[in-house]
Amino acid sequence: METLVFALLNGVIYGLLLFMLSSGLTLIFSMMGVLNFAHASFYMLGAYLAFTIMEGTSFWIALFLAPVLVGLVGMVVERYGLRRVHAQGHVAELLFTFGLAYLIDEVVKIFWGRTAVNYRVPELLDFPLFTLYGAQYPAYRIFILFVAAFMLVALWYLLKKTRAGLIIQAALTHPNMVGSLGHNVPLIFMTVFGVGCALAGLAGVIGGNYFVTDPAMAVQMGPIVFVVVVVGGLGSLEGAFVAAMLIGLLQTSAISINASLADIFGFLGLGPDTEVGEITIASMAPMLPFLLLVLILMIRPRGLMGEREV
Amino acid sequence: MTDMTATYAALEPTRAEKFRQRTVPLILFAVVLLVIPLFNPSRSMVTLLNHMGITIVFALSYNMLLGRAGLLSFGHAVYMGLGGYFAVHVMNWVAEGSGFWGSVPIFTMPAFGFGAGALAGAIIGWPSCRRAGTPFAMISLGVAELVAAAGFMFDSLFGGEMGISGDRMSGPEFVGLSLGPVDEVYWFIAFWTFIGVLGTYAFTRTPLGKLSEATRDNPERVEFVGYSPQRVRYLVFIFAGAFAGMAGGMSAVQDEIFTPESLSLIPSGAILIATYVGGIRYFTGPIMGAIVMTYMGSNLSDYTVGWLLYLGLMFVGVVMFLPNGIAGIVYGTADTIRAGRFKEVWKSWLIRLVGLVLIAASVITIVEVAFRWSEGYGEVFEPFGLHLGTTNPLTWVLGIVPLVLGVVLVLKSAKGESK
Repeated sequence: METLVFALLNGVIYGLLLFMLSSGLTLIFSMMGVLNFAHASFYMLGAYLAFTIMEGTSFWIALFLAPVLVGLVGMVVERYGLRRVHAQGHVAELLFTFGLAYLIDEVVKIFWGRTAVNYRVPELLDFPLFTLYGAQYPAYRIFILFVAAFMLVALWYLLKKTRAGLIIQAALTHPNMVGSLGHNVPLIFMTVFGVGCALAGLAGVIGGNYFVTDPAMAVQMGPIVFVVVVVGGLGSLEGAFVAAMLIGLLQTSAISINASLADIFGFLGLGPDTEVGEITIASMAPMLPFLLLVLILMIRPRGLMGEREV
Repeated sequence: MTDMTATYAALEPTRAEKFRQRTVPLILFAVVLLVIPLFNPSRSMVTLLNHMGITIVFALSYNMLLGRAGLLSFGHAVYMGLGGYFAVHVMNWVAEGSGFWGSVPIFTMPAFGFGAGALAGAIIGWPSCRRAGTPFAMISLGVAELVAAAGFMFDSLFGGEMGISGDRMSGPEFVGLSLGPVDEVYWFIAFWTFIGVLGTYAFTRTPLGKLSEATRDNPERVEFVGYSPQRVRYLVFIFAGAFAGMAGGMSAVQDEIFTPESLSLIPSGAILIATYVGGIRYFTGPIMGAIVMTYMGSNLSDYTVGWLLYLGLMFVGVVMFLPNGIAGIVYGTADTIRAGRFKEVWKSWLIRLVGLVLIAASVITIVEVAFRWSEGYGEVFEPFGLHLGTTNPLTWVLGIVPLVLGVVLVLKSAKGESK
């Protein structure tokens, strides 16, 4: 019971972080039809910028300023990079963002070094909020929960209930028509790309001190975010949410299961001393998202909630 | 209605043309491979050449997917790794030398790699090749992560972090090659590189090779003609995996070790970059890319810690401005000269070259100074006796002025060409 509750809580928080990253990626995909390979690099950039801003001022300023800066970087990338490559097709765009991920990684290493930086939870939030089954639960995790939930509601409201959201939604499916009605479609695209990157940056700001802020964080997070977006169905925000939660819960609960494969498949004659039998569920946790990805793409190629086949 | 067959027959290249365009380059390549040892290259040079040969075969196999079939894979190193691992295991069986394995020469390892790569391609390709485009890319990414993770998990097959090593000196000798010293390994690599180039080239001439290009350009039409694009992709995927496995077998003999690292996303990304920078639209593009990238990887890293950044800049630059890669420049230049237009364009080319050199000078200054600054040892970038510290105004001038000038010149030459 104890492990289950903790796994649930941590899983939901991890899932919300994943969703914050994948929502931007999904928006960008449904807009431009390209998976932004550098998305996790913007996440990393957010964490590092927040670290630097926090050193000079405070965490709360970083919480607002870092995502804005990341969003601006994203807009510049869209305006002067992606838009240029767009004419050469989707593969070129994907490759461009792939190269961009390389570049951002290296630039981060120049500015902040090759080892992890000491990006900490702000003192104001660095206390145990409540005690559960004798274990203290850090307040910062609940803070992540609230920021993510707030962002989720804000994004939903912006897209579904405002005029700006209406225009964006229309521009995703009928860019030419929206352009004919007098809206500046390239500007909309640039803004959405910027907002998507800013969301990744925000995830970096609140996730960077929850995990570790080091130059490898983009490489670790990147593939998982892809899995979320593809499993959820490319271009579907709801699907991304469900998939993020699913993978968040799957991974955190797998880590807390100590059983080995021999314990589960022992009835098939799998001995605990054999190489396959020795593998624990916990050690398989990092593989699970990718296993899910391959399975989903084989069984249901459009993802959980995708409207079209990818 | 005129006689269509007659017109088609007239379109076919003559025997002389076929010989000149298809056979002569291969003969030249073989001659180059044979002539290289006459220059007595140093041991490290031979090792570099060997790695180039391996990367050439690997890049060509990758281009069967990316350039020919239009399949962007982020996990091609899986097939080279699995082929190589199998070859290392075979090498160890040969070293034990009992029964059948005792009579297998190490020289044939790439053939075993070829088989293992084909098998891996056949198994993994089945779920992967149902769709092209983004889903294919994503599945290849997922599969690569899975296989790499499995590589670290099953120690008896993959040897854990240490990997598995073999001994290329074991087993019977083949045509008098003991494969001990690197210059003997050179002949082994040269032979298999030639086979790899010949094989991948021959593949482009087969109906399947032609169909793979058709599937890349218009899968619907291929279906109308009566072929299944899925099956075409699947078969191409198996062959690409096989040639990658062959490169793995070559690497197993050259380096005598394979680690799970070799299955991961890092070598997959490296071969993607090498192939694309070389030029995916030309058969020889990946060869050029493999040579340049292997050279850069082994030499540039001695000079600068920022070589990955240069690599990334180069890659992004090629994607943005030079979609045909190095081969595009080479063939474009050759075509212009052959068409006798060199006189018209040499001025704009010269301006562009000067512009690019200026941009490169600025970028190198910025990157080198920045890396030295970030490491914080107080080391100073000193090209040509200049003392470029972060406080030196000359550093800033060199970082900005040539960059602006270069961009202006390149834009100017681009404008001149479009007129």
